[in-house]
Formats: sequence, structure tokens, C-alpha cells
Amino acid sequence: MDSEVLATKYDQVLKPMTRMGWPFWVTVFPLSILFLWSFFAFGWQYQWGLGETGMGHPMSWTLYLVNFVFFIGISHAGALVSAVLRITHARWGTPFGRAAEAVTVFALAAGPTNILFDLGRSSRFYWVPLHAQFKSPLIWDFTCIMTYFTVSVIFLYVLMIPDIGLLRDRFPGRKWLYKPLSLGWTGTKDQWRTISKTIGFLCVAVIPIAVSVHTVVSWVFGLQTQPMWFSTIFAPYFVTGAIFSGIATIIIVTIALRRIYHLEKYLTPYHFNNMGLLLLVFTLLWAYFTFAEHLTVAYAGGSHELDVLWSKLTGRYALLFWIMVLLCFVIPFSLLVFKRSPKFLLPASISVVIGMWLERFLIIIPSLAHPRLHYPRGAYMPSWVEWSMMAGLCAGFTLAFILFSKFFPVLSIWELEKEAQEN
Amino acid sequence: MNRWGMVIDLDRCTGCQACIVACRQENNIPFAGERWAKLGRAKFWMNLIAEVKGHYPNVKMHFIPVPCMHCDRPPCTTVCPVEATYKNPEGIVAQVYPRCIGVRMCVSNCPYTVRYFNWHAPSWPNEYKRGLNPDVYKRRKGITEKCNFCIQRIRKAKEIARKEKRKIRDGDITPACAETCPTEAITFGDLNDPHSRVFRLSKSRRAFRLLEELGTEPKVYYLKEGEWKDG
Repeated sequence: MDSEVLATKYDQVLKPMTRMGWPFWVTVFPLSILFLWSFFAFGWQYQWGLGETGMGHPMSWTLYLVNFVFFIGISHAGALVSAVLRITHARWGTPFGRAAEAVTVFALAAGPTNILFDLGRSSRFYWVPLHAQFKSPLIWDFTCIMTYFTVSVIFLYVLMIPDIGLLRDRFPGRKWLYKPLSLGWTGTKDQWRTISKTIGFLCVAVIPIAVSVHTVVSWVFGLQTQPMWFSTIFAPYFVTGAIFSGIATIIIVTIALRRIYHLEKYLTPYHFNNMGLLLLVFTLLWAYFTFAEHLTVAYAGGSHELDVLWSKLTGRYALLFWIMVLLCFVIPFSLLVFKRSPKFLLPASISVVIGMWLERFLIIIPSLAHPRLHYPRGAYMPSWVEWSMMAGLCAGFTLAFILFSKFFPVLSIWELEKEAQEN
Repeated sequence: MNRWGMVIDLDRCTGCQACIVACRQENNIPFAGERWAKLGRAKFWMNLIAEVKGHYPNVKMHFIPVPCMHCDRPPCTTVCPVEATYKNPEGIVAQVYPRCIGVRMCVSNCPYTVRYFNWHAPSWPNEYKRGLNPDVYKRRKGITEKCNFCIQRIRKAKEIARKEKRKIRDGDITPACAETCPTEAITFGDLNDPHSRVFRLSKSRRAFRLLEELGTEPKVYYLKEGEWKDG
């Protein structure tokens, strides 16, 4: 189809790319300040040492690790969901694809950054690949994350090439960006054949890579001797939780895009209903895993494990634990089981994302607070540095997505068009 | 090959904490002060744990000095991504300070929680600086450190033995904690030498090790008559 006709037809999708009204600046300005502030916080920590955080003996892995696991979890949504939906030809997934893939890339940029903050000597981070010791789960982690990051950037990019070709013709002022990125895309038969082959390959490749990433992230904890980390179901538990929080993030992002960029025509209640069903399935899966994990410890756990368990169920962390159960299961389940319209999905998804952050927190902190030789007992409260870094990270993630939406369409135009023609 | 080990007689330990002071002095460990200690920033290569049982006036106290256990199967060394910690051929779990980048996975994977991190750059009062031990590596902020059985003393004893053209004898090496202990509760020596005192004591029927069920094979043995409730 002629690019002119295509552009007119999908005017609604392209329009937000050029329009920057006051809501744009009102959002971007405070986010940028938060983002820049986190650089100051990092500089402060770099200068004076990790002692400026709330960490101490034995609480040596805390908020940074929580955010690391959390963001990498979110990154699962994207590639995994969009690849699975593509392979199974689930048409309803099309309008979620682009947003999901972008979320993957930005979350994957945000997650491992936490490790950089967490290092005692951040400037020596490159020693990890340089002096790699392959017995360490952290090296497996490094390998998997780097692979996943590379593949998901390629995935996002390849799926955008036909759209970039369109943008190159539509926005001559931005030719400097689109022309090299379009790789000379003109939409010939040969080009279509190559790209669909590439996409098919990437979809298959990205699934095992994505699963491997959170598996290995879980092993960073699961292979340690800490009570309640040392668990065989950690890998599937983490992967399930990752997809769970990832789907919720996609829903939040797409509902926001739908409202702000007026994409009601493409993101219909039908699409959201299906996504809601997927979220519901993962709500149940999460509850199943959580129950299995805690029951095993409660019934047959040793004294070290029970110490941690009771601190979660009735002790110091009980409030957070039951809030987590409320946010990850009770609220989303009771909302989604009845109705899955955007109005129901938004609170359910926000509740899931917060709940999953708490879940990561409750996996990491109570175990470290109750080491096996339980004479040192830890308590932990994050300092201003850690809160600043976390705020900066969330701000950076949102900013990256907003900027992305100003340079690339948030819906995959060529796929929408392909579907329209097939129908 | 030597295989260094330690035996601590809990029946002799009075909980005086002299070992902690001696260790601090020998290994240039800065003191934390009350404020930082509360945040868990204090470093105790040798730590003394007190367990209080019962209520006033029927109180019983147990003391247990806890250095690094120098496990034969250390969980801490395998997880280091840059190989900054390893078990040396003589069985000492050593930290390579210049290589460490402060990931702290070894800290979290130590079931005995005896690895300490430098949360801030170390500092001492001026008057104290003259007393620093020149034989010990100065640790910077952002790296992990731990008890190394006073490895500098082991090296010195070996040098002396080599000069005198003899083998190391039992009792040549005394770590700072053992040297200072007023009740001589701490014994150090070669676990591979069947004639050494430490070997004999480690085979005592009073001997036990901490968290033996984890299979870490610690080389620090404790002696205690009667029961010691681990927990």
C-alpha cells in the first residue's frame, strides 16, 4: 500500500509522535529532575562508600537487589508474551506487541544497572567478564542477561523496520534517524520474505533465552545456603512471577497509551479482556507456587527455615507479607474473575506490580535478616540514597518509554495493516 | 602439606573478649563506634557471641568466639564472580583484596556470617595510627575482608623455619587471638600432623563444629563438656 494512504489510515497512531503539548512537558520535567537527582545520589554513594545506604552486617544485599530482580521480572513480559502470541498466531496480541517489546528493552536496561550501584567498587564492574569465574552463578547471570538484552533489542528493532520505512517517507525532517535505521526498506517481496523468516527465528530464539534469564536470576539466590533461598522451585517460581509482573506492566502501559494517545480504536475491550485472562491465569499460578513454597517450609522445614517463615507470617515482616498476598492475589483475582475491562484491569495490574515488588523484597530481606548461625540478627531500612536511586530508576524507565513513543509508533502499523487485509 | 586448623575450648573461655582486641590490633581493623555498629558496620574477624539463658537471678551465660571457620568445602569461594576469594593449598580461605570488587555474594552465602564488608573507608584516630601493623594489607572501602588465621604470622614462621633449615614445628605459629587468650582456650596448628596438639584436641570426644549438618567441613573445632544448644 502507498505510504500516503497508510499514513492517513493510521493517522491516530502517528499523531502523538509529533505532538508535544503541556502534558508532555509536565510529565517529562519532574521525571528528568528525579532521574538527574539519582546521579547525584550515586555520586554521593560512590564517593563515601556503600555505608551511605541502609545496608550493614548481615543485610548485605537489599534494595538494589530487590529492584534488580523486579525490573528483570518486568522485562519478561515483553519478549516472551509477544513471541508466544506471535508463534501461536493469537491475533489479539498484535496491538500489545510493540509496547511489550519496548518495555522489555527498557526494563532490561534498568535491572542490571542496580548491580552497578550495588558493587563496592562500581568502576571495576568490567572485571566481571574480564576475570570471569564460571563457577559463580553471577557469571551465568551476566551471560544470560547480556544475551537477552542483545536479542530483545534486535527483536524490537527488526519488528519495527517496515514501520521505520514508512516513517522515513512521512517525516523528512527526521531522515537522519530513520534513513539509516530503515536499512533501505521499500517493501519489496524479497524484503518481506527475509523479514518474516527473521521474525520467525527470533520468536523461537527469544523464548528459551527469556526463560533462562529469570531462571539464572533465581539461582543467584536459590544456590545459596541462606534459609528459604535454598529451594528447588525457585527457578519456575521466579519465572512465573516475572511473567506475572510483566503482563501487569504491559497492561498499565497500554492503558496509559490508550488514554493519552487516544488509541481506543486499536486497543479495544476485546484485546484487554484476553490480556486480563492471561493475567488471571498467572494470578492463580503465582498463588499456587507461593502456597507450595511456604507450605513445604512450614510443614517440613528445619529450624533455620522456620525462623524466616515465621518472621514473614507473624513476625516483623507479617504486615508486608499479608499486603503482598492481598495485592498479588486477593485484589487481582476478585477483580479479574468478574470483569476484565480496562477499568478493572488498571487497578488489578497496579496492585500486581506493587505486590510483586513486595514479593521480591520479602524473598531477599527476611532470609538475610535470619542467617543460619543466628547470632547476628539484621534489621534494614533503606537510606535516602537507595530511595533516590529507586526513584531515579523508575523515572528513567518512564522517560525512556515516553521518548521512545515520540520517535516510533507505539503500535505496530504494518502488523495492524496486515491483519486488516487478511480480514 | 599443612592444613591449618583451630580448636577453641569453650569450657575455658571466660568471655573476656581479649581475642577480639588482639585480632583488631594485629589485623588493622578499625573500630566502628556505637553509631555505625548499630547499623551493622562493625567488623569482627574474631567475634564473641554471648548466649544468655534464664532470667535473673538464675542466669547462665555461654560464650562462643567465632572466627572464620575456614571450611574445607567453603560456600563463599565458588560464588565469587571474579575469583577474589579462594581456598589456598593449606586450607585457608583467603581474600585477594585488590581483586575484590564488592559484589558481596560471598557475604550472603557464608552460613556463619563471618565475612565483613568495608562500608566506608577505614579510619583511625591519629594517636592510634602509629600502632598499625605494617605486615597487614590496607583494605580500601568497597571490598570484603575476613579472618585469615593471621596469615602474615604463618608466613613469618615459615621464613624463620627456612632460615634455620628445619620444618615448622607445632607451636611455631600462634595467631593473635590464641596468643592473647588468658585462659589459653585457643589452640592453633596443623590438622594434618597427627602429633600436633590441635589434631589431638580435634579428635576429643568434647569436640564439635558449628552447623556441621551443612557439610561445609569447618576447620575450627569447639570443645565443650555437656550440651551446647546450637540455637
